[in-house]
Amino acid sequence: MKCLNIVIVGVGGQGTLLTSKILAQLAKAQGYNVKVSEVHGMAQRGGSVITHVRIGAQVHAPLVAAGSADYLLAFEPLEAARAVSYLQPDGKLIVSTQRIPPMPVLSGTATYPEEPYQALLCASQAVEALDAYAIAVEAGSYRAVNLVLLGVLSRHMEFPEEAWIDAIAACVPTHTLETNRKAFMAGRKK
Amino acid sequence: MHHKNFCTSAPLQTKNPSELLLGDQAVARGAWEAGVRVVTGYPGTPSTEIAEAAAKFPEINSQWAPNEKVAMEVAYGAALAGARAMVCMKHVGMNVAADPMFTASYTGVSAGFVIAVADDPAMHSSQNEQDSRYYARAAHLPMLEPSDSQECKDFTKIAFQMSEELDSPVVIRITTRIAHARSIVEVTPREEIAVKPYEKNMAKYVMIPAMARGRHVEVEKRETALKNAVNESPLNAMELRDTAVGVITSGVSYQYVRNALPDASILKLGIVYPLPMSLIADFAMKMDRLIVIEELEGLIENDLKAAGIACEGKTLTGVQGELNVERIKHAVLGTPLPDLQTSDLPVRPPALCPGCPHRGIFHVLKKLKMNVMGDIGCYTLASLPPLSAMDACLCMGASIGMASGAERAQGKDFSKKTVAVIGDSTFIHSGITGLIDAVYGSEAITVLILDNRITGMTGHQHHPATGFDIHGNPAPMIDLEALCRGCGTEHVRVVDPLDLDETQKAIQEETARDAVSVIIARRPCALIDKTKQPPCYVDGCKNCGSCLKVGCQAIERKGDHIEINAALCTGCGMCSQVCPFHAIHRGGDSQ
Repeated sequence: MKCLNIVIVGVGGQGTLLTSKILAQLAKAQGYNVKVSEVHGMAQRGGSVITHVRIGAQVHAPLVAAGSADYLLAFEPLEAARAVSYLQPDGKLIVSTQRIPPMPVLSGTATYPEEPYQALLCASQAVEALDAYAIAVEAGSYRAVNLVLLGVLSRHMEFPEEAWIDAIAACVPTHTLETNRKAFMAGRKK
Repeated sequence: MHHKNFCTSAPLQTKNPSELLLGDQAVARGAWEAGVRVVTGYPGTPSTEIAEAAAKFPEINSQWAPNEKVAMEVAYGAALAGARAMVCMKHVGMNVAADPMFTASYTGVSAGFVIAVADDPAMHSSQNEQDSRYYARAAHLPMLEPSDSQECKDFTKIAFQMSEELDSPVVIRITTRIAHARSIVEVTPREEIAVKPYEKNMAKYVMIPAMARGRHVEVEKRETALKNAVNESPLNAMELRDTAVGVITSGVSYQYVRNALPDASILKLGIVYPLPMSLIADFAMKMDRLIVIEELEGLIENDLKAAGIACEGKTLTGVQGELNVERIKHAVLGTPLPDLQTSDLPVRPPALCPGCPHRGIFHVLKKLKMNVMGDIGCYTLASLPPLSAMDACLCMGASIGMASGAERAQGKDFSKKTVAVIGDSTFIHSGITGLIDAVYGSEAITVLILDNRITGMTGHQHHPATGFDIHGNPAPMIDLEALCRGCGTEHVRVVDPLDLDETQKAIQEETARDAVSVIIARRPCALIDKTKQPPCYVDGCKNCGSCLKVGCQAIERKGDHIEINAALCTGCGMCSQVCPFHAIHRGGDSQ
């Protein structure tokens, strides 16, 4: 009963929910079972957010257990650090390097760590760090960081490119499809 | 590393079309399929999306109610008048709705009446961790607990049937990890159920003591019959595997147990009140070790122990927070809990958004060193640093009563340095009666209604004072000024909370009065205000840090100066009023 476990983390407002929605849509269209656990309400508003995605023949728990994520998709380095413990020993971290300082750092009561997640990873865990923000801006919108990261993730999964594009088209508003598709392809081809 | 074989068995096949639905949406879908005609509720995480999803079905008459009590009464009235109806709320909303609910249990219903309640273990977005299963017991109402979105839909349909068969409201109880988990649901068409003719039946529906005594007997009969019937219900299912450990569980805990203890036998309870005691006794006899795994309180465990069935439960799992696979493995197998390694990292709590009109209010209240009786909404975030400008937050609407009580304890002068702050939606929900009480009690309190024209924290739902209905269509708008005057408040004024001088003047003048006053701080939520200003900019910064104290995510110290993040700044200009050196300029000003 092996599931594919993906944990998506970021800052409230960065579009983590849309990312998990696209993954769920894709998994369903490809005939898999899927569960996504989301965070709404108070937990957003610029705070840390985490979404769990589990894909498989049969999915029970809606949450990924610590040490069992195949992929950690992090929209922000500090949030990557907070969630590294979800990764399994040969899991992979895909992280956008753009730093978003949290309120304690902005107001000067805490310091943003120089290398937030690096020391927390073990040698067998792979990292792919990229400036998804810059790539998203190039693709047409700074809001498309999520699609860039999804593009990177897509390289590691078996689903055909058209299936990804179909899932994206099913989840984003028509007028943003072209930008989102571009951002996704930029991450996928990088 | 390519993931090609994470799924070895055949892909999922479903007979019917399927959709990816949140548990909340699946409850709404189930109600729709069951022919529901009326759905109402008050927004509250994690229940909000039930009514929102119901509102998307044209066959359903949907509306936000001012609070859960009214919602309960409206849905009850619809069921009384022959239409299948559902009311939705979060766990603490059930406290508000409890009064009609307890007696609705006595009268029963004409058409199916379902009460959907969402608990929030771990308090992702709540002020307490109360367990709504207690309510089902206290009010003698059957309670169903689904364990995924498919069951949310299926159980809701069953709940409507049960409600009519048993002549009782039926409660569907979910938790955050069910409500906000998305999974695949097979969908079927709606069953149209005609509205029954309205029938008068005083002995059944007029709950004066003489008639209520008769109905209490019916409640007992109903419950006794149900206590037997639940032993045969397919919703309570035994899964026999290894008998070394047997687990009794329900809801999302069932899913965790399946992953944590794949070999354990399970008695999965779909009906959590009343409990199927003979089925449980039968299951217990087959097991070497019996464990009850339930989130929050040990209700099932206590019932087992009262019936003389030996089991373990809360001594293993505890009552705090939500469970997960790791906690259950730790509790049952002694597997060490994972080291999260996050204690040294700076925290990232949620914060007021850039441009949030609440920020101006709390900046001024902090500056004036006011005592602040707070309430439930986004503005409760002002209790966090650097604003740290709230003294108390209890429940919806409590700020006003707390301010009155504080005056009665400390004397009239205390109200000269105290305010109650309450949002527009929260004021409509349960602040009005507090205001009436303050007027009636000749208090001198000052109430700040933070009118951001929406129910903010739950994700922007309309309410009776926004002028729009649940669909976003124009609706009659309650006039807050007239409402406050109608409650007997003589002194009602409106300010723009981002005009700090005006706001400060209003707070100083109104708190100085020996009478109740209301200040309506009116400005739309920054997330719905479409009139964006160009971002602010810094010129001539002395690096004093005054602007950092307003707690805006768009303002950051970069070494020896301050920078404003143009991507986040909404150009609200609040910080420009705070800078003592006039070094922050509005984007529209000449550079």
